[in-house]
Formats: sequence, structure tokens, C-alpha cells
Amino acid sequence: MSLTSFTIAEARTKLRAKEFSAVELTEAYLAAMEQGAGLNAFITTTPEIARERAKAADARLKSGSTAALEGIPLGIKDLFCTEGVLTTAASHILDGFKPRYESTVTAKLRDAGSVMLGKLNLDEFAMGSATITSFYGPTKNPWKARNSNADLVPGGSSGGSAASVAGGLALGATGTDTGGSIRQPAAFAGIVGVKPTYGRCSRWGVVAFASSLDQAGPMTRTVRDSAIMLGVMCGHDPKDSTSANRAVPDFEAALARGVKGLRIGIPKEYRPDGLNAEVSALWDQGMQWLKDAGATPVEISLPHTKYALPTYYIVAPAEASSNLARYDGVRFGLRVPGQSLDEMYSKTRAAGFGAEVKRRVLIGTYVLSAGYYDAYYLKAQKVRALIAKDFDDAFEKVDAILTPTAPSAAFAIGERMDDPVAMYLNDVFTVPASLAGIPGASVPAGLTSTGLPLGLQVLTKRWDEETMFAVCQVLEDAAQFKRLV
Amino acid sequence: MAYTLKGETGDWEVVIGLEVHAQVVSKSKLFSGASAEFGAEPNTHVSLVDAGMPGMLPVLNAHAVEQAVKSGLGMKAKINRRSVFARKNYFYADMPQGYQISQYDQPIVGEGTIVLDMPDGSTRSIGVERLHLEQDAGKSIHDLHPSKTFIDLNRSGVPLMEIVSKPDLRSPEEAGLYLKKLRSILRYLGTCDGNMEEGSMRCDANVSVRPVGSTELRTRCEIKNVNSVRFVMMAIEHEARRHIEVWESGGKVDQETRLYDPNRDETRSMRSKEMAHDYRYFPDPDLLPLELDEAFIAKIQAGLPELPDDKQQRFMRDYGLSAYDADVLVSERENALYFEDVAKGRDAKIAANWVISNLFGVLNKQGLAIADSPVSAKDLGALLDLLADNTLSGRMAKDVFEAMVETGKTPGVIVEERGLKQVTDTGAIEAAIDQVIASAPDKVAEYRGGKDKLIGWFTGQVMRATQGAASPGVVNDLLKKKLAP
Repeated sequence: MSLTSFTIAEARTKLRAKEFSAVELTEAYLAAMEQGAGLNAFITTTPEIARERAKAADARLKSGSTAALEGIPLGIKDLFCTEGVLTTAASHILDGFKPRYESTVTAKLRDAGSVMLGKLNLDEFAMGSATITSFYGPTKNPWKARNSNADLVPGGSSGGSAASVAGGLALGATGTDTGGSIRQPAAFAGIVGVKPTYGRCSRWGVVAFASSLDQAGPMTRTVRDSAIMLGVMCGHDPKDSTSANRAVPDFEAALARGVKGLRIGIPKEYRPDGLNAEVSALWDQGMQWLKDAGATPVEISLPHTKYALPTYYIVAPAEASSNLARYDGVRFGLRVPGQSLDEMYSKTRAAGFGAEVKRRVLIGTYVLSAGYYDAYYLKAQKVRALIAKDFDDAFEKVDAILTPTAPSAAFAIGERMDDPVAMYLNDVFTVPASLAGIPGASVPAGLTSTGLPLGLQVLTKRWDEETMFAVCQVLEDAAQFKRLV
Repeated sequence: MAYTLKGETGDWEVVIGLEVHAQVVSKSKLFSGASAEFGAEPNTHVSLVDAGMPGMLPVLNAHAVEQAVKSGLGMKAKINRRSVFARKNYFYADMPQGYQISQYDQPIVGEGTIVLDMPDGSTRSIGVERLHLEQDAGKSIHDLHPSKTFIDLNRSGVPLMEIVSKPDLRSPEEAGLYLKKLRSILRYLGTCDGNMEEGSMRCDANVSVRPVGSTELRTRCEIKNVNSVRFVMMAIEHEARRHIEVWESGGKVDQETRLYDPNRDETRSMRSKEMAHDYRYFPDPDLLPLELDEAFIAKIQAGLPELPDDKQQRFMRDYGLSAYDADVLVSERENALYFEDVAKGRDAKIAANWVISNLFGVLNKQGLAIADSPVSAKDLGALLDLLADNTLSGRMAKDVFEAMVETGKTPGVIVEERGLKQVTDTGAIEAAIDQVIASAPDKVAEYRGGKDKLIGWFTGQVMRATQGAASPGVVNDLLKKKLAP
């Protein structure tokens, strides 16, 4: 058995038992990264940092360290600022940007003993659902359909994270989720992805896309691994005013709770006419597994679901148009000189941003502009409140909600690229939870007829990640999903 | 008499509203821990937040909030229990985030009032529309290089209060008094040092005109960033005259932003309405709405110092001062403290006279603040004591005061050194009188012949003979006796 085939929980035990060292484990991953370079999962690899940290972890393990992630090799989505290491957000505009600071989340991971392998590819500024808008080229999904050799997208925006974890190039990875950017790629790549409650993880040092939606979370091979990683990543940070001052629960302990007696909501709005039959069947299967484990299905209604996607595509671009104003060529990153300040701005931003980023900056600028604000942004905020209320009402009746993660399995690179709306529809099941700020996770639950992974999404009320993990664990146990690694 | 400007078609009234940007007295910036101190080396007081680095987040400075509430209470204004920070979006090289964090439709302080003491003894109540908190921008320096602009971010993020008056002001004089009164209140509260030269208080004036008797509001122009009370008054008058000329020549005043050039005493267009920015204000998603509880406000209320208006009333009531004298004494808190030190246990009216006419005269001439006064309150008090117990005549006291200003010595020492004691010994005075009478027989005859006014001449001669040391009262009494026919 290869060293790269263990889960975080298994590697943790074996590292502590000295069955292998952190350096050996790290070397195995560095080798796998070289072998799997064709996936284009990494924008930057950091082998020196990885070896150095692995060595230090071994020293600490030797003196009995039980730090949560001691010696565990992880990939970091290249949206997290990492001290002294190129941080790009997959954008040309951040050329050469090496921050002097480490994001709170990656600092916590580092301080818990983990080993950074490198920075993972993503859609530019996390805007996308297929990791095809990266300035550094698309990432390939390690999965292929049985009947085709076409390269498939890994989902997005955390596509590099999903591909690296699924393909055995990292033991776990950080992702960020604004409208589904952790959950949808997790589903496409057959791994687990968790977006915690908004405010659970600090956003300090994470390149902002849409501030009121962005949340960091883990992407791992198992539910337990996500519980371990999330426990390290979250916690109150006074440097982020939207970070909640709440105790961090023992997520791992919640895995064994089971679902006996839980009421599981099945929202009827998530089964539109024409829903992919395999997706629909897997959803039914998922509910059956939970029923078998003692849960009760409850049909619920989330009446404003159909407005979620349009609402999201007003709120997120609005915030992004403002958040991305700082990329102006003045202080860091790319600068294209001009005869005047305005010309320098125009040339820099024209050259530095890709088409999808420009599209969203334009949309966002438009919906905030005088005369349109009330009709778009303000109305979207009102609808957002209604969507959140839908969930509040639902959680009066149920403990968790089960839905498909995405309307389809992974598609080929190049597909759906000429129609942004078709691309946006990938997030139709994940966006509502983002707007409501509730936690959500995707668990790999089955394969399509052509052998591609499909995920199920579990949603719970704000701050109740423990129930979410308990449900996910039952699904994982029942599904017996065959991972690539 | 109301202030009006004569035009060819009749008399015009001026309508003025002022927007004052007052820098909050605070150690650190509004959303970062960097120092807000003035005058440091360029770019030495800059945090990652102030420089708009990727992933950096604002954290509200609680002290600045307290200062804003204090200022609001000082203007007897409504304190809003809930306020919201909003982003004002526009590009400029010295504004690193690409937006200014300000408050838009929900400011921290609502309507209040500032009372002006007019020179004729009447008062005018000027409405305050709102006070909100916002961050300052950095500074662009254009004159260090022929084609480059240098940026100093020390000021970036410094907390400002924008205080907006209602269009209640009707003359340059009222505008000047409003600024002085506002500055006085803020200085009393210790929330702004009011130093217009250093830019810690800046003023924008909105000016329009209308025919006397009309109640319409005509198109206004905003004159930006005027940096002294005098210039504000000059700019308003100039701008008002310009408007009258435009209207009377059949033209229309365009709504625009203008700059005042004090060297040429003229305003010129900076930006027309068509060129005006669309700031695309929206609530800053990085900051939670600011909620203030009653206890927080009550605590600040309880800690408020006595403010100028209350102090003025007390000085009139307790010391019997005129409204004008009291107003002069209270305009600066330090002046009022000085006066009260001098007046304590003494005749308050005499103390007020000495402080206002003599001390302020010297300070004005030498351009000194009371803190740098060459004469301490204690020494001035001692001088008044010497006057009260007849040790010094009024004339001598003035000489001693001048010596105190020059040497910084106490009045006791100066009196001792110069042997300056008022002569009340009637023997010595009588001798001097006898000599004067003997030397001017014709004047004596004239006096005795009914020319009473000559008593003044005799008094002067005696005072000169005694080198001013004689008590004028005693001299007068004795002269009248000796000259009696």
C-alpha cells in the first residue's frame, strides 16, 4: 500500500506510532505531485517549505506531539495569502505578489503541525464552477468517464484542491466556498467538502471575492478527515469583524452520533422537472440510507429557492466589483504603464483580469450604480433575507436537509464555456445555503452509469456542523464509495 | 440686520450649508491599529489594512466610536442606536482599497443644534443634519518628480467625523461663527483638536443665493477643502457674488464642485455634475452594523465636560459677566479655566477685564495660546490682589503687568525690585501738591474762578511728580481740599 493512500486519520495514527515519518510521507506526496503534474492542480509547489516543516514535525512527533495535524501534508488553495510564497488568486493581476503575512486559517493549519505542499489552482478570484478561468490554465479532474478519454473539469472554484485530494497529490486541502466552490468540486471529484457556517472560519488573509459569502473549509477524502481539519481551521479571529466569537465544538466526536430520531428534510424545490435521473435516484438512495439508520424523511418547502441564483449573481458581483478595486497596479502585482493615472488603471485591469472576472466586475458595478441600486442590489438583499427565512422555517421542522450537491456529474473541459448562465446553473443547489450562511457539506455517494462521482449535500442550521457531520458519516458508511486513492 | 448682497435687480440672500471634516483625536486609525499621529516620516504609519493589501479586513476602533458619540452629545444631537458603515467606491492612487469606508444612509449621529452668539447679543440656532464616521485617504505628492506622483499613506485610514449642517447659515459671518463654535465644542470635548492649518479640520461650503423674500433653494455649488475660517468666509462671499452675477445676466448656475483660491480670491470649477462620481455606496460586508446600547451612551453622557454654552450661562449667572464677555472667555476651554483661576476669591468683573483686555491683548499680539502665556493665572491673581489692597494704582499695575510679560517674574518680585509702592502717605503727597500749586498760580486762579475741569491737569502734575506712585484717589481728595477758595 502506498503512503499516499491513507486518510488523515490513518496517517495521524501511523505518524504517532512512528510507522513512517512525516518526511517520508511528505516525500511520497512530492513525488506524486511530480507524477501528477499533468492535472495542473498546483500553481506553485513549495517542496522546500514542505521538507522543512516535515522535518520539524518529525522532531515534535519524536517528543510526543499530538498536535491535530502534525506531519500531515496539505495543499492550500491559492486564494489564501501565504507568507513569502507567491499568492495569485489564479489571476495575472497578482503577478509576483508574495505577501508578508499568513492568512489566519493557514497559520492555524501550520501551527497544528501540517505540511504545506504548495498552492492550488482555482478559477480566477474564485469566480467559476470548473477551474477553467485560471490564468494558469485549467485543472483536470483525475476521474474519467468509462466511455471517453476526454479531460473533465474538477468543478470549481476549488478545482485544484479537489483534483489534488482525489488524485492523491495532497492528503487534504483548503478550499473556499462563496456559492458552492467547495461542495460542487468535491462532488465532481468524489471527495468530501465542507463549507462551515458563515463566520466560523476567519476570512483574514483570504483574497476576498464576495465578503458576505466567502467561507473557508476543508476538502478531504473522508468525513472524519474534514472534521479533523475544520476543527483546526475555525475559531474566533478578532482581525475579522464577521468572525463569530463561539467555542469550537469537537466535530470528530459528533461523527459517532448517528441519525436515529433525526428528521431529514427533502426540499421539493430541489427536484425540478428535468432533473438528471441518476442524480434524482441517488438522492432517493441517500434518503433510504438515512431512513435505514433511523432517521425520518420530511418533505419540506423552500419556496424562494428559484430566486437564489439570480440573487447570488447580484450580491456576489456587487461585492466583488468593490473588493477587486484594490487591484489597480499601484502597490503590488501587475502594472501596465499609461500616460495618466486613469490610463494606467485601465490598461492594468484590462490586461490583468480575465473575461469572467471582467464580466462580474461589470455586473457588480452596474447593479450598484445610481438608479439601479434599488431595483437590483437592494431587492436582492431582501430576497436573500427571505431565502434565509425559508431555511429558518424549515429547521423548525427538521434537523438536517438532504439534497444533491450538483445537477450533474463532471463535464468535459471546453463544455458550457460559451454560455455563462449554463455554467452558473452548476451552483443551483449550493447557492441557497451560501446566501443563508448555513453550513453545508458534500459527500461522495455514488457513480453515474459512466462511472463519474456524484455527491449528496447535507445542510443544517447555523452553527450546527455537528449534526451535519453525523449525517455525513452515516451517508459515507452506507455509500461505500470507492475512491481513486 | 440681515445680511444681503446688492445686485442690479435687487437684494439677494445667501444660503449656506457647511460640511466639516474633523479629524478624531485618536491614537490609532479608524479600522487598523496603525498610529494616527500627524507629521511622521512618509509611509511609516501604515498597516496592511491601510495599504489595501489583499485579504486584509477592517476592524472598527471603539475609541473613535466613543469620540463620535461624545461629539454628537456635545451638539445635543440624536445618537443612532444602529448605524451602518458603507463603501464609497472610486479610484484614486492615494486610496488603496479603491473605496472609502464611510457612513451613508445610517450615520452614527442624527440631527442636532449649534447655537451662535451674534455680536449684537442675539443668538442663532443652526441645525446639524448629521455626523458620521469615515476614514481619510492618503496624500498624493505631485511636485517631487516631473512625471511621477508620490504617495504617502500615513493619513490613509485616519478617523474623521463629517459634520453636516443644515442650509441654515445666511452670511459669511454666521458661517465663520458656526465654524468657531463647532471647533470650540469639539475642543472642549477633546474629540478634535480643530487645527485647520494642519488639516485636522477642513471645510466644504455649499452656497446658493436667492432674492430676498424668496424661500426657494436655488442650485448650489460646493466649494471644497477650505482650510481657514477666514478663507471660508471669503470664499462664500465671492461665490455668492458670482451666483448673483450669473442669475442677473440671465444665466443659470450649474451644480458643480469648485475650488477656492485665496491668493486670487476666486473659485474655479473642479468637477461638473456630469463628471460627478457615481460612488455606488453599499453596506460594507466586512463590517457588522454598529449597535450602541443605552449604557454605553449614558456613560459617555455622564462623563461630558461642561460645554461652552453652559459655561457661558454660568459665568453670566455666577460672575455677573455680560453675555459678550462670557462668550469671549468660554470660547476656548483653557481660557475659561485661566479666567476662573484668576477670578477665584476676587472681583470677577475686574478679573474678566484684565484677562480679556490685558492678557488676551498680549497673547494676540505675540500670537500665543493661553498655554504659553508668559503670565500665569496665579501671578495675574496676585497682581489683582496688590491692586485691591491699594498697594498698586491702576497705572502702576499696568506697568507691573508689562514687566511680568517681559520678565516672567511675579508681581511681588517686580514691586520689590522697583520699589513700586503706591504712596498713600498724605504727607508726601501734600508736599507734592503744595509744590505744584506754588509753581502754577495762574492755573490756580483759573480753577478758583470756576474752571473745574483743571482738576485733571493738577492731578496729572501731582502724579508725574510722584512718578505715578501716588494713589489717584488720595491725590484727588487732597487737591480739592487745597484748591478750595
